[in-house]
Amino acid sequence: MRTRLHKSLLGLGTVVMAFPLASLAQQTQSDLNARMGMESHIGKVTGHAKNAQYDYRRYCVGCHGERGDGMGENFPWIDPKPRDFQLGIFKCRSTPTGTLPTDQDLSDTIARGLDRSNMPQWNTFTAQQKADLVAWIKHFSPRWANEKPGTPIEIPKEPEVTPERIKNGREVFARVQCWKCHGVTGEANGPSASTLQDDLGRPIAAYNFTDGSRPKCGTSDQEIYRIFMTGLDGTPMPSFADNIKPDEAWDLVFYLRALMSQPSKEKAMAKQLGLKPVDPNAPAGQQ
Amino acid sequence: MTRVHKFAAGFVTVLLVCCAALLLNQRVNAAGEGKITGTVKLDGTAPHMKGLDMSKDPYCAKANANDAPKMENVVVGSGGGLENVVLYISEGLSGAALTQPATAVPVFDQKNCRYTPHVLAMNVGETFKVTTSDQTAHNIHPNPNPMTGNIPWNQSQPPGAPPVQKSWKAPEMIEVKCNIHPWMHGWFAVVKGPYATSDASGNYTINNVPPGNYTVTAWQETYGTQTQKVTVAAGAPAKADFTFKAK
Repeated sequence: MRTRLHKSLLGLGTVVMAFPLASLAQQTQSDLNARMGMESHIGKVTGHAKNAQYDYRRYCVGCHGERGDGMGENFPWIDPKPRDFQLGIFKCRSTPTGTLPTDQDLSDTIARGLDRSNMPQWNTFTAQQKADLVAWIKHFSPRWANEKPGTPIEIPKEPEVTPERIKNGREVFARVQCWKCHGVTGEANGPSASTLQDDLGRPIAAYNFTDGSRPKCGTSDQEIYRIFMTGLDGTPMPSFADNIKPDEAWDLVFYLRALMSQPSKEKAMAKQLGLKPVDPNAPAGQQ
Repeated sequence: MTRVHKFAAGFVTVLLVCCAALLLNQRVNAAGEGKITGTVKLDGTAPHMKGLDMSKDPYCAKANANDAPKMENVVVGSGGGLENVVLYISEGLSGAALTQPATAVPVFDQKNCRYTPHVLAMNVGETFKVTTSDQTAHNIHPNPNPMTGNIPWNQSQPPGAPPVQKSWKAPEMIEVKCNIHPWMHGWFAVVKGPYATSDASGNYTINNVPPGNYTVTAWQETYGTQTQKVTVAAGAPAKADFTFKAK
């Protein structure tokens, strides 16, 4: 009895403390009802928000909440916190930082899930179910009524991996200082790693390339390219689009592959080259 | 024939209206010489500002080796003048006076792992620049409330990075952070119409205010806002001094 009381008090405390953050954007039920006609367009499939009500209630509401504010009943026990759909800010996008994701991006996130969080892979949903849920997610935020999704960044055709490119990728890693958070070996132990916070002021870990976990927004080379060119909005991970040229970006992808624990031809090449971790104290351009 | 006449009459009317509008507009600009001026002070002992530990980034620590960097939430100059207070007109502006004539582009520089200035005031829709003078990577990460229409973004600026150019859609006091250097903390103060930021002595002057009755708001990041009603007459600057109580 006593512990239960304690637990519920703890939960209440957490909710009360988190409330001012979430209440910035509180949308009323009538705001939401007014956007019930929201649609999504993914390939040839058109999603309708109102058709997702059952699925949302069954699969999503526990974490994301009745009004999509991420304050579902599991909110106090989950970290990272469930996404607040009312803000319209999403990590995994094909679009530049500070813009809305495309319908396809949201559908991909539902299917893929988010590694190292409580968001599972919903890969059993049909394309229609996902499209309807995307429309439903969009109806929570007024942003979709006022803004269009950003223009997806262009990803040039992937070049052939060469030792030269991996070496150059290492230079890029050193120049834009990925190691500040991710560490020189990619072990998420850079000098700034321990103080990182998300936009709600909660501690957040940098991605560890070496522990075998999946990159947050997909494992393909194109998806890794996209992560550092779009940034993960709502987190400390910025966009490097202004500071890494498209060709260099591919070199960086190859170097990141070489850091990862999973076997790859990049890793084999880097081993053959005898590549050492970057030296944070080396003068610019002299890695 | 009558149709031609009508057309001509219409054309002349439009021309006259245009000329009148142009003249009126000039008059507004000429009247825009009015000023609001004053001093912002802190009443009481300035709160202790914690020192900044930059030891995690040797570049930053070295750049600040000769002075002890402190937080800048309350900066008090000699005589109790309060620096970095943003002053703007919150009521009474209308029409053309709401849009400030374009002057120099506001610049927010990352220098010695600090933001210079600590508070950058600007107009809604005004283009501003974020630059870096540092040989260490920063990420520039403003965190507005997206419900206002201001959308958060997050961009890296490694050494030698080109300036980031942006603008904001709505009035809001927006906190800016660098996740790489958690002590870096500043503000974008986005307001409508003429504005000023108090200097090291707490003095300020809001220029380009047409004659009229206004409410001036002073915003300080720790102490919040204060307002005062002023009357600006042609050729006579209005005065509005503010005093914030130290907490």
